[in-house]
Amino acid sequence: MGVTLEARGASYAYPGAGTGARTGGKPVFSGLDLAAVPGEVFSILGPNGAGKSTLLACLAGLRPVSAGKILLAGRDLTSYPRAEAARIMAFAPQAHQAVFAFTALDVVLMGRAPHLGLFASPGRKDRDIAHEALAAMGVDHLADTPYTETSGGQRQLILFARILAQKPRILLLDEPTSHLDFGNQIQTLVLIRKLADQGMAVIMTTHFPGHAFFADGRAAILSGGRFTATGRPREALTEKALSAAYGVAVRLADVPGCGRICAPLTGDM
Amino acid sequence: MAGLIGVQSGRLRAALLILAPLACCALSLLHGRFPVDPGTAASILLDQAVPGLVTANWSPITRAALLDVRLPRILGAALIGGGLAISGASFQTMFRNPLVSPFILGVASGAGFGAALGILLSAGALGAQFLAFAFGALAVLLSYAMARVYKTAPALVLVLSGVIVGAFFSSLLSLLKYVADPFDKLPVIVYWLMGSLASMTNAKLVLIVPPILIGAGALLSVRWRMNALSLGDDEARSLGVDTTKLRLLTVGAATLITAAAVSVSGIIGWVGLVIPHLARMIVGPDSRKLLPASLSLGACYLLLIDDAARSITSAEIPLGILTGVIGAPVFALLLRKGRLGWA
Repeated sequence: MGVTLEARGASYAYPGAGTGARTGGKPVFSGLDLAAVPGEVFSILGPNGAGKSTLLACLAGLRPVSAGKILLAGRDLTSYPRAEAARIMAFAPQAHQAVFAFTALDVVLMGRAPHLGLFASPGRKDRDIAHEALAAMGVDHLADTPYTETSGGQRQLILFARILAQKPRILLLDEPTSHLDFGNQIQTLVLIRKLADQGMAVIMTTHFPGHAFFADGRAAILSGGRFTATGRPREALTEKALSAAYGVAVRLADVPGCGRICAPLTGDM
Repeated sequence: MAGLIGVQSGRLRAALLILAPLACCALSLLHGRFPVDPGTAASILLDQAVPGLVTANWSPITRAALLDVRLPRILGAALIGGGLAISGASFQTMFRNPLVSPFILGVASGAGFGAALGILLSAGALGAQFLAFAFGALAVLLSYAMARVYKTAPALVLVLSGVIVGAFFSSLLSLLKYVADPFDKLPVIVYWLMGSLASMTNAKLVLIVPPILIGAGALLSVRWRMNALSLGDDEARSLGVDTTKLRLLTVGAATLITAAAVSVSGIIGWVGLVIPHLARMIVGPDSRKLLPASLSLGACYLLLIDDAARSITSAEIPLGILTGVIGAPVFALLLRKGRLGWA
């Protein structure tokens, strides 16, 4: 039942680059290979502006790669109709901006869009699925609460409920922990691990090496337009590779009961 | 209308939203300088629907006043008010911007230019109506084509192209006003731009019924998907929504409505901007409820405003003036106590 999402030699350059001051004519990234397999989390690390979000948008089919291929279940992603791809793969953007005060239930119901036709609107079955998803995230009591009046942590849970309602087999998460407090970060990571354990393939970007160690699976560092390290987190994310990517010296340590953590080398010992 | 905000039960609210425009229509039919009692009005309508069912005990003048003057005007007001409001609600959702009006893509400026051209060329009432519709639609088409050139941030670019095209046609309109005969043609153009339903006839009404009904039907049928558009392009696409197709459909349907409406009524501002807000205060931002509610409230609003327009003074007051003069304070009052439904 699992489905694999692969990038083969994926490159991206902004349309009309070459004259663009931002990219200096160079592609954002080029020749990237990665594979997200069922049951595993693939964490993408890298400095600001390295192109992590762009890579994720390419993987989600929201931006066309300028060279190379994205393969969904072995088939070129561009050959999928939008709704068919959305039934297999869900994407959670970095900052979800709500303009209108939709209720949490309405937001989760939108996850049913790929399963419904252009003129259809969700019925009882879809509402049941949405309520189940909210309950699975423990926020069913917020169903009628305007989304704009919920806290950052609750929003993340509602967004995850929407993803569950979409019933995908691949998750693409752009910095799922970046707007959350410490406790909610860990809760989100536990949830991501759980979804992977249930057979989903997950790709997430993150700013925290510790989160990649926690998620386990695989990790890569995107820096200077290419993967400077890739593999199992414990093998790929070395002190040297992380220090080089972020420009600060770091130390890794195994804390009993906590796993591997990453801390900056401050020198005041 | 304000009392509706307090109504919590969904079913009761839905019933009220259906009944309110019908009640306003009935009220408007009896209201006016020429008195018609409810019994006579009902008999005349019945006789028109099923000839020979009731014995005629009314004067031909009463019948003409009711069927040829008041009825087209009332149906026109309901259609145009509802149409502008549902277009406005759709655009606000689609552009993720509560400050957007249905005229954002230049339809009003285009139609204004078309009507002025028709008046200048002495094309007659139907000629001016046709030119207004054609140039209104042309303006939106130009905005859409211009935005298509840019692939990124299409919603924002669409608004910008609408502003550009609107400014262009406004200038052309000014040019026509400048060259128009100031004693003969110019006042006609100016009054047309202020908006009015005074010259509504059955012949004009018949022409705007199909586009407005088709447009409103199209918007209603995709209204749930429109919710996803309000999340932004990337998110909507990741939910499997074909944003380009849906946006084209929305713009096309709204343009059918607004161009048809403006072509007979002139520029009636404010309805398409404010009624969606009022509707959002009552039913929330979910388009499944917002669009029908806007349709209903828009119809009621313009019916009542038009009643006022034809009765406050013996000379008609242009609608474009009244919608703002009455609407602005009412909305300010609602704003004070209602929840806005957007952040």
